[in-house]
Amino acid sequence: MNLVFDVLTVLAVCAGAFFFLAGTIGLLRFPDALSRLHALTKADNLGLGLIVLGLLFQAEELFVALKLIGVWLLGLLAAATVTQLIARAIQPAGLRD
Amino acid sequence: MADFLLAAAGFVLATVALGLVRILRGPGDADRIMAAQLLGTGGIAALVLLAEANGVPAAVDVALVLALLAAFVSVAFVESVARSTADRT
Repeated sequence: MNLVFDVLTVLAVCAGAFFFLAGTIGLLRFPDALSRLHALTKADNLGLGLIVLGLLFQAEELFVALKLIGVWLLGLLAAATVTQLIARAIQPAGLRD
Repeated sequence: MADFLLAAAGFVLATVALGLVRILRGPGDADRIMAAQLLGTGGIAALVLLAEANGVPAAVDVALVLALLAAFVSVAFVESVARSTADRT
């Protein structure tokens, strides 16, 4: 059973690291600020979620697992709010309603 | 398992460091704040990985605080942009 959990951890953490790489490449390569924002916030928080998921398989107590999930939820909430705020701040004037 | 998690933490930190090139290149302030946002998310991921790899549960609490505070950087940025555009009009 431990081996199964270890394999799941390796898979999820690898997938998470891949999404972090994707987010960084998007931030460096995408042509304008709004698409960079899109690449960054979505890919990174998916990566964080997958890493947290991978670590959940290693958590020995329920409290530790809940705290890890709390970290991820807080990250998601912060990213969603901040993305909207930044996008509104850098929106071209012609698109403003 | 600890070695793998340490390697993963190092990899995430390396991608974050690569993303910081955006702070140098800009061009806008918003792009720079986005790279700082990336540093926040990547820092949280590296901290939870290190907590598990080294058996330091307190690092998860540090990650929790970082998740809470990283958002305020961008909020302060947006606030200052809003203020400067309000001054101009």
